[in-house]
Amino acid sequence: MTTRQTATPVDVQKDASQVRQKAMIARHFDRLAAAPDTGEKTVYTFVPGNLTELLLSFDILPVLPEINALQSAMRGKSAEYISVAEKLGHSEDVCTYVKSDIGMLKSGNIGPTGQRLPNPDVLLLSYTGCFTFMKWFELLREEYDCPVAMLHVPYQADGRVTESMRRYVVDQLRQKVIPVLEQATGRAYDEDRLRECLARSAEAEDDLVWVLQSARHTPSPIDAYFGAVYYVGPIFSSFRGTPDAVAYYRELRAEIAERIRLGQGPVTPDGDLETERFRIVVEGPPNWTSFRQFWKMFVDEGAVAVASTYAKVGGVYDTGFRHDPSHPLESLADYCLGCYTNLSLPSRIDLLTRYVKEYSADGFLINSVKSCNSFSAGQLHILREVEARSGRPGGFIESDLVDPRYFSAANIKNRLESYFQMLEQKRPGGAA
Amino acid sequence: MSADPRLAALVDRADRLYRDYRLSSVRDWKARTGGLAVGYMPIYVPRELLHAQGVLPVGLMGGRDDLEIIKGDAYYQSYICHIPRSTIELGLNGSLDCLDGMLFPAICDVIRNLSGMWQMLFPGMLVRYLDVPQNFDRDLGGRFYRDDLEQLARDLAARGAAPLDADALRHSISLYNEDRRLVRELYALRGRAPWKVPTHELYMVLRAALVLPVEESTALFRTYLELVTHDDTRKPLDQARVLLTGSFCEQPSIGLIRTLERAGCYIVDDDFVQIHRFIQSDIPVDGDPVENLVVAFLTDAMASPTRYVETGVKGDDLIRRAEEGGAEGILFCAASFCDPALLDQPMLVKAVERRGFPWTAFKFSENSGQFQVIREQAGTFADSIKLWSGA
Repeated sequence: MTTRQTATPVDVQKDASQVRQKAMIARHFDRLAAAPDTGEKTVYTFVPGNLTELLLSFDILPVLPEINALQSAMRGKSAEYISVAEKLGHSEDVCTYVKSDIGMLKSGNIGPTGQRLPNPDVLLLSYTGCFTFMKWFELLREEYDCPVAMLHVPYQADGRVTESMRRYVVDQLRQKVIPVLEQATGRAYDEDRLRECLARSAEAEDDLVWVLQSARHTPSPIDAYFGAVYYVGPIFSSFRGTPDAVAYYRELRAEIAERIRLGQGPVTPDGDLETERFRIVVEGPPNWTSFRQFWKMFVDEGAVAVASTYAKVGGVYDTGFRHDPSHPLESLADYCLGCYTNLSLPSRIDLLTRYVKEYSADGFLINSVKSCNSFSAGQLHILREVEARSGRPGGFIESDLVDPRYFSAANIKNRLESYFQMLEQKRPGGAA
Repeated sequence: MSADPRLAALVDRADRLYRDYRLSSVRDWKARTGGLAVGYMPIYVPRELLHAQGVLPVGLMGGRDDLEIIKGDAYYQSYICHIPRSTIELGLNGSLDCLDGMLFPAICDVIRNLSGMWQMLFPGMLVRYLDVPQNFDRDLGGRFYRDDLEQLARDLAARGAAPLDADALRHSISLYNEDRRLVRELYALRGRAPWKVPTHELYMVLRAALVLPVEESTALFRTYLELVTHDDTRKPLDQARVLLTGSFCEQPSIGLIRTLERAGCYIVDDDFVQIHRFIQSDIPVDGDPVENLVVAFLTDAMASPTRYVETGVKGDDLIRRAEEGGAEGILFCAASFCDPALLDQPMLVKAVERRGFPWTAFKFSENSGQFQVIREQAGTFADSIKLWSGA
């Protein structure tokens, strides 16, 4: 029989870093909402392979459709938006991020803060690690009368970046992306300004990696899947390269250092987790429609995610990559090429196996989402391979990103409980 | 007047080649020549390059409704299309063990990830993901693609293929030009007289050609074209002329194609087995032949949901084909869970509606064996065209 863990229910006091992040996001969306009046330029682009520093150097504000989609899900709006898109002829089989975004657009384009999002001045399609991105922007292009910059980022099929791949991306940045941004903003490309942003990125990346690797401690002071969603927020979205991001990650690092000093476990929606029973590596994105309920299923079992691949979807930093101001465009190219979903399946298996070992995990779990073939196709193979290489048991659950029809709470809870029971029994001295 | 018995014999041979999962023709060719055979997934690979190095390109398009999937399903969740399961199944059951390599063109994330699985499941094979460019400038995407092709040529040579030679490549380009020209003629004939070239029959011939050396596939196309051109036993029926789109990767079964025809549709254009038509006109044979392959891909490829539309309007190519082919309606026929086709479809529907084409849509899986619902839908669609369209 397992002992059900619960975090201590308290009036959860937000950490200073959380307050800071919330304020950063609010300011960003205020600027976006005011953009039609202030004349600030906006660009729609994606998280993986984002070129935030370059955009900052042009003072152009990013809007990230997949972030809007997940926010719509967390606000309980995505079902309605998906329904709008399906009524317009979008197939039930395809990515629900796309449908949520299209539905939101057709419903007035009201963003996560309840303010209307501005129309884009540029669509910047960074085609990195996800085929659907390309189709998504072909769909958006039909909705907006604005220039499109397309950056094709080759796939790391053989587990490495070749000079040809890097040159292809850099040349596209120079000849395709930068001229479109110059035209849209009326500004010239300013490489010195880009270098300044990249230097700040590297600083924040150092602190982010420190935070993510803090999960090597026992107990882990962070949850590197559910909690990490918040930690990676600024660096994956509109803030990489800003002084705000540097300050946020410095503050976050100090807070986590303090948690380690005090021997505390991670913060959960219900407060601190008191007892860490299972250390888990997680592959795949979370479900957003029932995010807290999903997280609580882990918390109730005393399960902590000590590493996750989702926290690498907007950049893999813990294998050593940092943005490099001395090679600005090459560095942006390497960043785009290195995002998690742009890695080959064997590389993903290597990374997961490494996480299981380095983070002393009891097992690993795959949350396979219906919407995302980039993540999901091949995950059953990943499951077998990582089990074989790490010697740790894998678990497999299925849900979706933002379509609540595909989150079956009872099923998922049942599977998770069985999985954690199995981990318990496999422990030395367990009831196997 | 009776039909030429050579036609039935040719179709019978094509049917046998199409149904032969174990690729006997490839095994025979290897035994005869000692050359390498390299499989490739749908849509497009530069077969000329392989041929020039003495390698037999072998087109693979998954399974049919007669392939029992035992191992393949263990690799894929229910919400992923069918072609990777059958391809894995054929790999694991030994059907493809005559292949020395596999090429996975950039179709979608499923096929992309399958390339990684293949690397691990079949470590002795040359496995290459062919990351064709989505930038179509010669000095950007063209340069990258050229690097990719030259690397592929070196990889093949390292496995025992002949080193890439410019004259050999020019010769291969000329052979494939002729191959494609005959397929264009067959499509043109079907457009003019679809009763002479039933799609289920043409389809089998196109599939058979995937497993033959180009010299033999050209002969097959030429003979088929001659025989159907002169076959006066085939008479026109009062059928609706439709363009079928969406089946460029996973393929419907012959049964489904026959069902559509029996339901009253003449398929006058389609995107089945696109490799035979992906490059739309002759590739020049003079000058730098690798560059000619690159430029053909950049500037003369068919519009495809797998290919970014950099300029122009989405759906323009479909409309052009429908109008040139005299189609009276559009059938959207995509495989279930096919991201490229299904994400494209709303944009294409908009385009066909703007031009007033009637359309209908359904999905299939390569192993579908029941077509009653599709038959009724297609029959109603064909009837509506005949009864109420235009005239």
